[in-house]
Formats: sequence, structure tokens, C-alpha cells
Amino acid sequence: MSATQAPGTVVSRTPVGDYHHLVIAAEGIATHTRPGHFVALAIGGVDSGMLLRRAFSIYRTSTTGRHGETVEIVFAAHGKGTRWMADLAPGDPIDVVGPVGRPFALPKEPVSCVLVGGGYGSAPMFSLATALRDRGCAAHLVLGAATTPRLFGLLDANKVGSSVHVTTEDGSTGTRGRVTDVLGDLVDTTDAAVVYACGPMGMLRAVADVAEDNGAWSQCAVEESMACGIGVCMTCVLPVEGEDGIVRMVRSCVDGPVFRGDRVRWDAVGTIPPGTLGGPR
Amino acid sequence: MSTAAADFGGPISPAEVDLSVDLCGVTLPNPVMTASGCAAAGRELDQFFDVAELGAIVTKSIMLNPRSGRPTPRMAETPSGMLNSIGLQGPGIDAFLARDLPWLVQRGARAVVSIAGDKPADYVELARRVGQAPGVAAIEVNISCPNVENRGLVFACDPESSYRVIEECRPHIPDGIPVFAKLTPDVTDIAAIAGAVSDAGADGVTVINTLLGLAMDPDTLRPRLGGVTGGLSGPAVRPVAVRAVWQIRKAMPDLPILGVGGIRTGFDALEFILAGADAVQVGTVIFNDPGAPMRVVRELCDELAVRGIRSLDAVRNAAHG
Repeated sequence: MSATQAPGTVVSRTPVGDYHHLVIAAEGIATHTRPGHFVALAIGGVDSGMLLRRAFSIYRTSTTGRHGETVEIVFAAHGKGTRWMADLAPGDPIDVVGPVGRPFALPKEPVSCVLVGGGYGSAPMFSLATALRDRGCAAHLVLGAATTPRLFGLLDANKVGSSVHVTTEDGSTGTRGRVTDVLGDLVDTTDAAVVYACGPMGMLRAVADVAEDNGAWSQCAVEESMACGIGVCMTCVLPVEGEDGIVRMVRSCVDGPVFRGDRVRWDAVGTIPPGTLGGPR
Repeated sequence: MSTAAADFGGPISPAEVDLSVDLCGVTLPNPVMTASGCAAAGRELDQFFDVAELGAIVTKSIMLNPRSGRPTPRMAETPSGMLNSIGLQGPGIDAFLARDLPWLVQRGARAVVSIAGDKPADYVELARRVGQAPGVAAIEVNISCPNVENRGLVFACDPESSYRVIEECRPHIPDGIPVFAKLTPDVTDIAAIAGAVSDAGADGVTVINTLLGLAMDPDTLRPRLGGVTGGLSGPAVRPVAVRAVWQIRKAMPDLPILGVGGIRTGFDALEFILAGADAVQVGTVIFNDPGAPMRVVRELCDELAVRGIRSLDAVRNAAHG
């Protein structure tokens, strides 16, 4: 799998709740994208003082529209770079690298699956749900956020989900609480074999634990800050245990962003846990 | 006295520009390399351009043993730059020689292998093993990383320890493989350090490594990097790097210099050539634009063509006239 660097053009940017939905026309990316892949965007134009790329999960792609190949993302404007993105208008240029990373692994058998999205982390879940259902799997969706404006994709969820469950921490929509408050029961009642998740690291850790406690595999798309997004800078590492039982600091950009939840040493993210390959002695 | 730059005649076609460089007997098709630590071992960048077309790929500094590096967060964006505290994460020399170097050689790329150690004996062992490996175009000795033996100081901060590392490892590298010592700008007199490594047997110098920096997090009011301090790189450091190249060239008219620090465009590369660099390295901007190394080659070619300059030899050291 190879990533492409493409001079993209903004097709549209639309506010969605507390987020922005960005559609970019860029050749050579959509065709190769699978659910869980991401794009790394250059920020601020060619002379920008902001040198580091921003990485976003791919929400949707299209290869057949009147703008040619397009790739869509959802983002929150909370830093200098994303605030610049929030001012993008149709026709603006934006350099895109993608698709990057290892996508979600799909089951070989038509099993039941639960898909959990936290905030705009739900973006990749809709194409994943479609891909799962195309191969005969059930795709039960759980969307969670602190507040209703921070939920993303409720309409999509109703279209593609085998069932849809919503949680908000303030109780303004769905069940009051967190995604994990409904997840255990859902995994049980649907007899889910796999739980897929994308969202903040704290949520991923909790989801991976609930999945394991209920006898399901988990596939988590992690959120680590990246400088390059292509595997050369070594900034986005986290401790992951290999099949050989050895913990390594692996790149979330190209060795992830999707990892098996039981392989990530969630308790040790941000540290070099004892016993890590090449760790301090 | 004329204020005009050298008169090279009218614009020529980029095809008439010869960008090739002879670096201590190694012929490069163009003077642009990757900078160590910004291209891993080349494989990832081959998605974006043919690594064999670049002057050379300088690999991330390799150490004797696998190394996990430092805790995250490892980077912080700063104005026109970034701080990093990766901590030399890497697979160790065995894995590098088994997997990474053969790939570069098989691709037809010119491989410049960067080595780093905690103590001089590490460098000697690495020099010996890399020097025996087939297909190595040159070795870059990264003496600007922390020196564990000397309580975290950097070898290249001190002329004597710089001299010692190069003197000990040079005899273990075949004569046909040029050795470049990579220097830090965080010193009082970088030309003195360049002189020391040259006396010790280095064929040339690579200048500059990152500058030591520190940035605070507005939310936590604590340092933004897990490693507290980190190396500053990117266009923000370019004038410092050009100055360092200029000073070394002025002090040592014949010492081969690889100029590195904040190159983003073809003209940025030309700045280094004018200051005296024989070749240049493109680093942090790769994170912004993975196609940057070959773009810099094309832009450098255009910068020369538009000024009617046919070869790098015609402008190298022009700032010293």
C-alpha cells in the first residue's frame, strides 16, 4: 500500500454541530482508501510557519462525483492549524497525503460487530459499517459525546447501522453517560465478536477493556499527535505488545493507527514501560 | 565597485545546468541529500519520489543496540520550526545492516549512514561494521547527540572529545568511504570544532545539527516535550546554519561541508552553496512536504538556470568573494 501526495482543492466546508465537515478534491487517494485510513494535511499554505501535518481519519470518499476523486474529513477547530482549516473556502488549495496507515481489519466470517465512535472520532465508522454489512456482518453503532453538538453522524448511523445507540454525558441525547455505560450489555446481547473504536485515548482504553471483559476482540484507531504522518519522524509512538510478548514503541501513523486493543499498553501511553525493547536499563 | 552579483549572462535552460557534485571522490547526481533523522532509512519516502534520484539518502543515526527513545510527547511545533526529543529511537545496527541498508543499496540509492554512540568505543564498533557493509557511499558520525560517558554533554561541544571520537573511528573505515562529522551550533566557535575533527581525520563536516530549545505548554504551564528540552529545527534555524557554514568555509577553504538546517526551497539550498557548502541536506521540511527533497533539486536547478549559472562550482563560496 502506497500513499500519494496530491495538490488538493477544497470542494466544501460545512459546520456540523461543533465540528467542520471538509470535502477535498484530490486525485489518487480515494481509490485506495479503506475504513480506518487517514490523511495528513499541510496547514497554512506553502509558506506557512506551521510545518507539521495534521492527521485526520477519513470519513468518506468518492470516486465518481463531478469533482473527481474526493476525500472527506471531520475536524474540531481547537488549535492554530485547525482554526486555519475552519476558514477554508471552496477553491482553496490544500496539500493532501493519503491514504496512510493500516485500516481496520475485517472479520472473515459474517459475525456481529459493535462500532464505537467518540465525538468526531465516529467519522470512519460509517464506511466501516457499510463494509462490514457488505460482507454479511451486523454493525451495531454506538455514538458518544459530552454534548449533543459534539455527536457526529447520527443521520448516517441510522442509515448504515444494524442498530444505533447514543450516549451524551449531559444526557441531552440518548443515554446519559459514556459509551462504555451501554457497551457491555450491547456486546452481550448482540453476541459481538469484534468491537471497533475511534475516539479519544481514554475512551479507547475503556472500550478495549469492556470488549475484553465480554469476550470480544477490539480494533482501536488511536489518536496520537504526529509530525509527518508517513512514518519517518518517530514522534507518534506508543507502547504496543507484539505477538512475541515484547513491548515496542511503534509508530501510530504507519504501524497503526488501528491496533488490537489488547495489544496496546494503554496504562503506559506517554511513558517507556519497563521491559520495552531498547528501553532504559 | 559593482553591487551586482556575479554576471553569468542571460537565463539558460534548466537542462543546461549541471548539478553533479564530487564529494571526496563520490559522485552525486545532485547536491541534495536527506538530513539524518528526517527520512528514516529511505523506504517511506520512496512512495513520494525515487530515492535513487536524490544526491544521497542520509539514514537516521543508528546505534549499537535497539533503542526505545524517549517518552511522548516528542515534538512541539514552534514558529517556522519544531522541537523534537525522539531520543534516537532505532532498531540497532544488526537490524539496520540486515534490512534497511540492503534495501537502499538494492534501490540504487547512495546511502550515507549516520552512526551515534554513547561512548567512543560504540562509534568504533559501528564504524567498523558499517565500513565493511557493501554499498555505503559515506559515513556521517553524529557527534552532536548526548555523550553518556560525559554526563550528558555533547561530544561536538568540545574540540577534544570531538577529536577523540573521529580519531578512534576513522582507521576502521576504508579510505574510499568519506567520513563526515556532524556538528552542533551550540558552541562558542564552531570553526574550532570543525578544525579538530578535520585534524582527527574527518573528510568533511555536516553542519548543523539541531539547536537545543525548550517550549512551554499553555495548558499545563510545563514543558511541552516529555524530554523537557529538545532539538530545534526547520526554517527558523536556517540563518544560524548558513552562518555556521560560512564561518567554517572561511576558516578552512578546502574542507568539504554538507550544509543543513531549515532548507525548504531551491534558493534556501543555494544560500548554503554560496556560503561554501559542497552539498546540502533537506530535513524537517520533509515532514511538511514529503516530496520536498526532489522539489528542492528542481528548484535549485531553476534558480541557477534563471541566473545563467551552469554549475555549482561557479557559485560555490560566492559569498566569500
